[in-house]
Amino acid sequence: MNTPIRRLSVVMAALFTTLLVSTTLIQFVQAKTLDAMPANKRTILDNYARERGSIIVGGQAVAKSVPVEDQYQFLRTYPQGKLYSQVTGFYSYAVGAPYGLEHASDDLLSGNSDTLFVRRVTDLITGRKTAGATLDLTINVKAQKAADQGLGKSRGAVVALDPRTGAILAMVSHPQFDPNPISSHDLATASKAWEALASDPNKAFLNRSINELYPPGSTFKVVTAAAALEEGVVTDENSVVPGPAVLDLPLTDTNLPNENRQPCGPGDKTTLIHALEISCNTAFGSLGLQLGGEKLRAQAAKFGFGDVIQIPMRVTPSSVPADLNAPQAAQSAIGQYEVKTTPLQMAMVAAGIANQGRVMTPYLIDQVRSANLDVIQSTPEPVELSQAVSPQTADILTKMMVSVVDNGSGARAQIPGVKVAGKTGTAQHDLGKPPHAWFISFAPADNPQVAVAVVVEDGGVTGSEVGGGRIAAPIAREVMKAVLGK
Amino acid sequence: MTTTVEPLNPPTRRGLELALLLGAIAIVLIAWITVDLNRNGTVPANIVPVAGGLFVLALAVHVVLRWRAAYADPLLLPVTTALNGLGLVMIHRLDLAKGQLGTDGDAYRQIVWTAIAVAMSVAVIILLRDHRLLRRFTYVSMAVGFILLLLPLVPGIGLSVNGSQIWIKLGPLSFQPGEFAKIALAIFFAGYLVQTRDVLSLAGRKVLGFTFPRGRDLGPILVAWVLALLILVFEKDLGSALLFFGLFVAMLYVATERVSWIAIGMLLFSVAVVFALSAFTHFQKRVDLWLDPFSAANLERSNQLANGLWGMAAGGLTGTGLGAGRPWLTSFAESDFIYPSLAEELGLYGSIAILLLYLLFCERGVRTALGVRDGFGKLLAVGLTFSVAFQLFIVIGGVTRVIPLTGLTTPFMSLGGSALLANWIIMSLLLRISDQARRPLPDAPVGIVDDPAEAEPTQVVRLS
Repeated sequence: MNTPIRRLSVVMAALFTTLLVSTTLIQFVQAKTLDAMPANKRTILDNYARERGSIIVGGQAVAKSVPVEDQYQFLRTYPQGKLYSQVTGFYSYAVGAPYGLEHASDDLLSGNSDTLFVRRVTDLITGRKTAGATLDLTINVKAQKAADQGLGKSRGAVVALDPRTGAILAMVSHPQFDPNPISSHDLATASKAWEALASDPNKAFLNRSINELYPPGSTFKVVTAAAALEEGVVTDENSVVPGPAVLDLPLTDTNLPNENRQPCGPGDKTTLIHALEISCNTAFGSLGLQLGGEKLRAQAAKFGFGDVIQIPMRVTPSSVPADLNAPQAAQSAIGQYEVKTTPLQMAMVAAGIANQGRVMTPYLIDQVRSANLDVIQSTPEPVELSQAVSPQTADILTKMMVSVVDNGSGARAQIPGVKVAGKTGTAQHDLGKPPHAWFISFAPADNPQVAVAVVVEDGGVTGSEVGGGRIAAPIAREVMKAVLGK
Repeated sequence: MTTTVEPLNPPTRRGLELALLLGAIAIVLIAWITVDLNRNGTVPANIVPVAGGLFVLALAVHVVLRWRAAYADPLLLPVTTALNGLGLVMIHRLDLAKGQLGTDGDAYRQIVWTAIAVAMSVAVIILLRDHRLLRRFTYVSMAVGFILLLLPLVPGIGLSVNGSQIWIKLGPLSFQPGEFAKIALAIFFAGYLVQTRDVLSLAGRKVLGFTFPRGRDLGPILVAWVLALLILVFEKDLGSALLFFGLFVAMLYVATERVSWIAIGMLLFSVAVVFALSAFTHFQKRVDLWLDPFSAANLERSNQLANGLWGMAAGGLTGTGLGAGRPWLTSFAESDFIYPSLAEELGLYGSIAILLLYLLFCERGVRTALGVRDGFGKLLAVGLTFSVAFQLFIVIGGVTRVIPLTGLTTPFMSLGGSALLANWIIMSLLLRISDQARRPLPDAPVGIVDDPAEAEPTQVVRLS
């Protein structure tokens, strides 16, 4: 019987070998992959046990980790509650950190970033507990609060930029949510809060300023005007353009009317500047026809449409569709058809015009500091995204936009003693609902320090430009005033 | 069989055993202290009674061996002590995490069970003077084995845990009768096969180079198969079914030297598994979890396997250190998942060390089977050894995703009295057989007279 016993012992040895191999695979070969799985509670707890970096706005923490006496060791709290909810996101044991800076800058906040490698090594040697990096944001507290108050109970978004650098001065999306209960260590509370948020029909978790696409409506006429000026279709703000009551679109039975069914000027003609002041649909529709879809699209792309931007949160790319036929080009030229944009993108349009045609890459993080306040990454050098239009075109556009505020539909954006440039918009999106109200602007027009885009969902009045001017423009004005200290 | 020439007075190696035993206890105590140092920063207050208790228990077996089985294998007891002790350390560690200390802790219960198991082990060594006595109980063992196996199906005392019905509950006590059935069946298979091996190995016809048994000789394997099928269908436990059927086929092969039995066995078992898979969602779910433990839907259903794997990964090469990991995140961390728990805190080095301890245990079992002179002893030793190795493969293979997860215990380490008791009895039987194997031949037969029919020199004469 010894021969089969020996053979059976070989079988047993094979069984053991299998177990040795499988254990080695798990604990050595695949260990990193397994550790990195998002659902892995051990990794999450490891991150909790390390003090996560704070997020600072204007010297005050809007997200910070405070030590607590439980297995997680640190509780993530958001002292400002709702105000920065879409900027920070939340950091929850029950849910994770799917949104905002908590998601996008997790490696810095948690201390796992490669840029913190040297610090981790010295921490290991000195026995100091490794902590995550602190983020100083570019946000201006007053502008943020003004934007928040301006939106009030409306759904919508406000973004303010420093046109010279691309620094984001305000970023508000309504409705907001309180990140504190979701980040609670009481898992029942956290799950309940999360379920309420996830099933919210108004999608409070969504950062509308960068992740929601809206039809830009008449604010897009600025882009059309830029294209027409750059392409030489018109020479300056006083160029005469067609302005009939109704623009006949080729290839179709549909026409493009002005909202008030009136021509924009005597003899169905008007000037470019007047067309923008009164937001003349037929004038810009006919410019769209003359330019064609591709040139419109190219101009929009120069302002950043289609670019994947990370601020560091990923910004949903705005878009003008390709292969537009003539009537679609005319519709697109007034910001309808399939043109879709984020509020941040429209703020970049305003900022680009304000900054002599140079669009700066937007960013939210001013500097990154280690736990003991050493600067790890200082304020980034402003990065030019593109030269969207020539300085001359930018001057003409500024002149026209100032006129919109001084003489046209954007009167409510006026600030005493400050020259404000702006453009209203009313964007149809759903026939049964009121249109979205838009306003883009910058100020002071002769020395721009702030550019703003405001969208108020369903805030307009069908068939009128007053939505943008009445609802959105005052919000933009308050934000600009906050930045300018007026 | 080749006859080994042994020295006239081979050493008993009891001194080696004592030294290794002290080493094993030292390792366990260091591990125990490490847990408390990492958790609380203090040396545990109960270290003196724990150390004393372990020492007394292990030494009791050692002394009894010196007295009643002086030639018993010197490695089995130290290895068992180390494994039992490491299991205890992890159970104690999980108690600390749960805040259960003193007599309401699992570790306390496990220590009591260890004491009972050691007492049982001592009793076996003292009362069972010669393993061949067990042959008399071949058919009693069969009855006991079958009854134990099917006991969880009796309404009123059967207990369903995690979808598998392999527990019974008698008053305050619950245990897994399958653990004891393993021993009874190994005795029965050994006794039965040693009698029938000639028939089972000789008759048959040759197909494709394999000699296949005659139809009427298929009876025993079919009975075993039906039994396995009953466990599979009614107790819903793939692990137990696989263990018993595997044990039978392995012993059948050793008894008959016929590979065709293994082929037939695997074929029959595959049929059973395919049937179970198609008929019961319970098994489909297990297979599903096994194939993709990390999908969101499967994590929702059971994150146990995934948590165990994450725990092992968190341990990495060197482990988090005893008391410094988070093994409690895995459910059943102290029983079915005690291996991942230890792997998390001891790292890959620790897991390999644990596997090597088991390998050593099995190697000593095989050596015992090779060394013992009677066929019954050989079959029993190899059967018991294989049952430990195979059970280990089923449970650790389950938690490391080699095979679908089933509900067996990790021998010597898992929390649970019945498993501990049964495995210590297995170890005692191996000790008893190894004493026979290593003892120099007496000048004249004493006590039991061997049945000449089963003496090893009687070679099977092959007809084909």
